Amino acid sequence: MDKFTTLTGVAAPMPLINVDTDMIIPKQFLKTIKRSGLGINLFDEMRYDDDGNEIPDFVLNKPQYRDAEILVAGDNFGCGSSREHAPWAIKDFGIRCVIAPSFADIFYNNCFKNGILPIALPQKAVDVLMKDAEKGANARMTVDLEAQTVTTSDGESFAFEIDSFKKHCLIEGLDDIGLTMEKASAIDAFESKAAMERPWV
Amino acid sequence: MSPKTLYDKIWDAHVAHEAEDGTCLLYIDRHLVHEVTSPQAFEGLRMTGRTVRAPDKTIAVPDHNVPTTLDRAKGIENPESKIQVEALDKNAADFGIHYYPVSDVRQGIVHIVGPEQGWTLPGMTVVCGDSHTATHGAFGALAHGIGTSEVEHVLATQTLIQRKGKNMKVEITGKLRPGVTAKDITLSVIGKTGTAGGTGYVIEYCGEAIRDLSMEGRMTVCNMAIEGGARAGLIAPDEKTFEYCKGRPHAPKGAQWEAAMAWWKTLYSDDDAHWDKVVTIKGEDIAPVVTWGTSPEDVLPITATVPDPSDFTGGKVDAAKRSLDYMGLTPGTPLSEIEIDTVFIGSCTNGRIEDLRAAAAILKGKKIKDGLRAMVVPGSGLVRAQAEEEGLADIFKEAGFEWRLAGCSMCLAMNPDQLSPGERCAATSNRNFEGRQGRGGRTHLLSPAMAAAAAITGHLTDVREMM
Repeated sequence: MDKFTTLTGVAAPMPLINVDTDMIIPKQFLKTIKRSGLGINLFDEMRYDDDGNEIPDFVLNKPQYRDAEILVAGDNFGCGSSREHAPWAIKDFGIRCVIAPSFADIFYNNCFKNGILPIALPQKAVDVLMKDAEKGANARMTVDLEAQTVTTSDGESFAFEIDSFKKHCLIEGLDDIGLTMEKASAIDAFESKAAMERPWV
Repeated sequence: MSPKTLYDKIWDAHVAHEAEDGTCLLYIDRHLVHEVTSPQAFEGLRMTGRTVRAPDKTIAVPDHNVPTTLDRAKGIENPESKIQVEALDKNAADFGIHYYPVSDVRQGIVHIVGPEQGWTLPGMTVVCGDSHTATHGAFGALAHGIGTSEVEHVLATQTLIQRKGKNMKVEITGKLRPGVTAKDITLSVIGKTGTAGGTGYVIEYCGEAIRDLSMEGRMTVCNMAIEGGARAGLIAPDEKTFEYCKGRPHAPKGAQWEAAMAWWKTLYSDDDAHWDKVVTIKGEDIAPVVTWGTSPEDVLPITATVPDPSDFTGGKVDAAKRSLDYMGLTPGTPLSEIEIDTVFIGSCTNGRIEDLRAAAAILKGKKIKDGLRAMVVPGSGLVRAQAEEEGLADIFKEAGFEWRLAGCSMCLAMNPDQLSPGERCAATSNRNFEGRQGRGGRTHLLSPAMAAAAAITGHLTDVREMM
């Protein structure tokens, strides 16, 4: 998995609440058997018209945000389906960090498996970051995972919370499965015990 | 011992390892797999030379992409869908997991097949790369959706890296009024708590109205826990649960059944257990409901009118404006005057036999509105067979419904069953998101009986007027 340490980049403002995973990546793109190549279809139905032409008003189609690496959004980002195609599409587009007042649980977890940092901050902080993002390409936000801060282009800084294990995995780019397999003896022991206690499982 | 909730008890029985920081390895009893969220996970196993740790606890069935038309034996037309289903055929064979292929009469939506075959049992941990895995919570199992990386993790290790969630109690007191169903309960709860109200929680549904529900109704309630933000929703098992499980192909038998029952009967929340959040709704206050917007929280009784964005506050004002624009609705319009083009009965929310019975009871001897498109997609091949045996299929067909084969179908429109731009659908499924049932399609979520009523009149209708 790609490591995440610090990131300084353009942040795209998306002041919408309840951005669901159907919006992030519509179902017709879930038919792939690969993880890559979904960036072009990120937010497909908001980004392109019926003929496949770009909708100029959509934030990621605006020249200043085409290379955005951070997304600032409204409450409950990533709600809906468990499709990991949503973070795959976000990552493939080039976005490595999403900031919102809250995230849906499954999406939040899926981000960490793909080297994306989701940051939950109070609405007031997100409002400030949203304003900063609206300044466009000359305003660059900085995210520092080690220090757990987001800093606006004006230097205003906000501290964020993150689970220590998730932080560690992201900074080191660790493979979860490899880590768990190191604990195989604990799983073996649990399985033996459970087979005695609940043999019908 | 300190008092525990049902969630606490199941959690504690499945922790295989706990790190100092509280991160746990949770052992998984049943891993359900479908074709959309698994190919990358199996590919990951191949690339790293890993195997499936517990193939006997892993059950796969294709459902999202499969055609539901009667000629599906001729194969899947869409090349990508075909590849995805073929990949699951191959992965199931290569890794030796239980499999119900498209040609098997037991094939159907993964969340309907699991319980039907007795794979889902009380006290189990159940996961699937699908957010509606919460359905299995109806058995008093801890069941939730996971992403593809986690699918790979479970395949390889039979565990998940987890931190414990918080406990939320949703109590529905008293009796439901006539015409009010499990779907109305679950939508009404989301209407009250919001789509993020359950984030970080596991919900236990309880109260007289929940106890009164059949197992199928309980599955409908738990199915939509995720729409309220909760990864998992569950209901303590009781005699109805045991009765449902007994005799199913993969349920325990003989002495094992007795041993299982002894443990299952301990699976309830202790009287003085701690709840981080409690929501109480009176059963008699719940009406038949429909959604008007593009989030499941946009729900109102059928007797209400389309709300005005100015009725809301914060980010919801703009969200409501956007929803109404997308849905092509004007504030103040009575919901019961909204005309529809299509009716879809099916999905893991409402594709079981009781759902079909409820719809057929309204449709019996009636015809759907001229020009309306209506389809019933049973949740599994066995549901379909039973409905045919009971004569329900004839009622649907005589009313003018298409009678389809099992699959997810128009709930998420990955197969050819889709809405066209602007097409308005009364759907018994679980999500009314923009584009969910097809680009530009407009979805109103409701119960099977309400869907049947709408099919007859051609507009959203209070089913109580037809009872």
